[in-house]
Amino acid sequence: MKKRFIYLDNASVTKVDSRVLRAMNIYHTKYYSVPTVEYGHSFGLKSRKALEQAREAIAESINANKDEIIFTSGQTESNNLAIKGFVAMNNTARVITTKIEHESILNVCKDYGNVAYLDVDREGFIKFNSLKRLQEEGAILSIQHANHEIGTVQNIKRIGRFCRKAGITFHVDATQTFMKLDIDVERMNIDLLTISPHLIHGPRGIGALYIRKGVKIKAILSGGYNEFGIRPGLENIPAIVGFRKAVEIFDKKDVSRMFKLRDRLMKNLLEIDNTKLNGPLGKDRLCNNVNISFRYVEGESMLLHLDLRGIIVTTGSSCFSTALKPSHVILGIGGRHEDAHSSVRFSLSKYNDVEDIDYTIKNVNEVVSELRKISM
Amino acid sequence: MYSKKVLKYFFHPKNVGIIKNPTVKVTEGSLACGDMVTLYLKIDKVSRKIVDIKFKSYGCAANIATMSFLTELVKGKTIESVEKLTYKMLEKELGGLPPAKTHCSLLAIKSLKSAIRLYKEKMGEIEYESIDKDFVMSRLRSVIHPAIGKDIVSSGLVAMANISDGKVNIKIRIKEKRFRRIVLEEIKERFCIPQIKKISVEFVDKDEKAKDKD
Repeated sequence: MKKRFIYLDNASVTKVDSRVLRAMNIYHTKYYSVPTVEYGHSFGLKSRKALEQAREAIAESINANKDEIIFTSGQTESNNLAIKGFVAMNNTARVITTKIEHESILNVCKDYGNVAYLDVDREGFIKFNSLKRLQEEGAILSIQHANHEIGTVQNIKRIGRFCRKAGITFHVDATQTFMKLDIDVERMNIDLLTISPHLIHGPRGIGALYIRKGVKIKAILSGGYNEFGIRPGLENIPAIVGFRKAVEIFDKKDVSRMFKLRDRLMKNLLEIDNTKLNGPLGKDRLCNNVNISFRYVEGESMLLHLDLRGIIVTTGSSCFSTALKPSHVILGIGGRHEDAHSSVRFSLSKYNDVEDIDYTIKNVNEVVSELRKISM
Repeated sequence: MYSKKVLKYFFHPKNVGIIKNPTVKVTEGSLACGDMVTLYLKIDKVSRKIVDIKFKSYGCAANIATMSFLTELVKGKTIESVEKLTYKMLEKELGGLPPAKTHCSLLAIKSLKSAIRLYKEKMGEIEYESIDKDFVMSRLRSVIHPAIGKDIVSSGLVAMANISDGKVNIKIRIKEKRFRRIVLEEIKERFCIPQIKKISVEFVDKDEKAKDKD
């Protein structure tokens, strides 16, 4: 029997779709010029056209205007640009966020200092009361659309409406939800939005920040006048073309398929004794995220055992983190250290099928009982 | 990446399990730290050889592998001959460990050393200047609360501790049943010395109302 390979770390990065790769390749080998100004040489105009068409398609996908999209190198840069670029223009502005955000927000906030943290409940949802308490005109609120570890989807529409009324600039990191959930910057009152194609089978090393017209953001890098003067550096045309392609080929049907697979995996794994779901159930959970703590099992041990069986996952255990710190998300929702050490995240993609899920269920069962024999 | 030898001992661990009526049993580390090991030893009084050794471990691959390897290494040897083992020797024998995993080999060695020390204490081979309250507290300082990951003294969980005529009375503030059980076993292990005749541990809820008595 051929050894199975089941990739369930799609909240980290996904396999690039071959159609995306083909679209990108032409811009590596055929139209590789720097994008020139519109009165430049014809070779450079090919790149310029690709850049502007991509900008337009991506803007359209979130109901924005094309000149509100700034290409960056990805999530970390977009998040840095949103917060640092905003406070550079308003240096007394308070930043409001939560303790369960991505590191690229948390560490920017830590350096900045003037930060207030919203409370979240046991499932990771923002407690609205704390937002009412901490609101401050001129502040910037930054939250994820969906949490990267436990898949909690925030009520962006409600929070956006509140921010608009309160005079708060609203930044949303939609890395996990981009294309999977409907995002409409107008309807949701979003002022700044981080997006990236690397979780929808597009390339990595490229991302974008949507900046609502009128919101002042200062460049955080010094260099040439690219991206309307907000992000200097040679435009990464092949990746930008790949970004556009990933958006264009995205199929909503994959989302409902992932929902079904997710629930099948979740339901069966929670039947194992002494397990605990991290994050919510139902439609307020990201369509491809399952995160479970298996008590008496340490995450890294589990990960290596599953790897041996061809299943790729990740864990919130400190033993697996380069910083030797347990997951700040699990701790942030009030979990114990033990819950973090024994947490495993399974994240699906359109390439997974029912066989993958059933094989995973069977093997997780075996590995858990094997490791519990050692620990209990 | 882990060495082949580490992975071998991790995927096929040796000496996993418990020994009923061990000569000594010791627990080191904690659930909170993500590394907790329990070592069971059967030691022959006359030859001073470790005739049997088993372990239980909640931990990462390096933790399981080092425990598994350590137990294999010391089985059948005298306690004097294995006392000199260091974590560096253990790591070298295993083909190295990633630097971030040094605490695993340290924990393995620590568990062996405290087991041997406990054995010697049990046998009355270690002399103490005085067995007083300070002694009791120092013992309690090596009892780790599994969920907090710190010892029960510095976590402020010791409500009372005293000793008179070799009888130790301790009151501990822990609410959860499963942690009470673990901590009680640990405390009993730490006071297994001939100078102490009786030990009684009382658990109270955080608000200090006595509930269970052991």
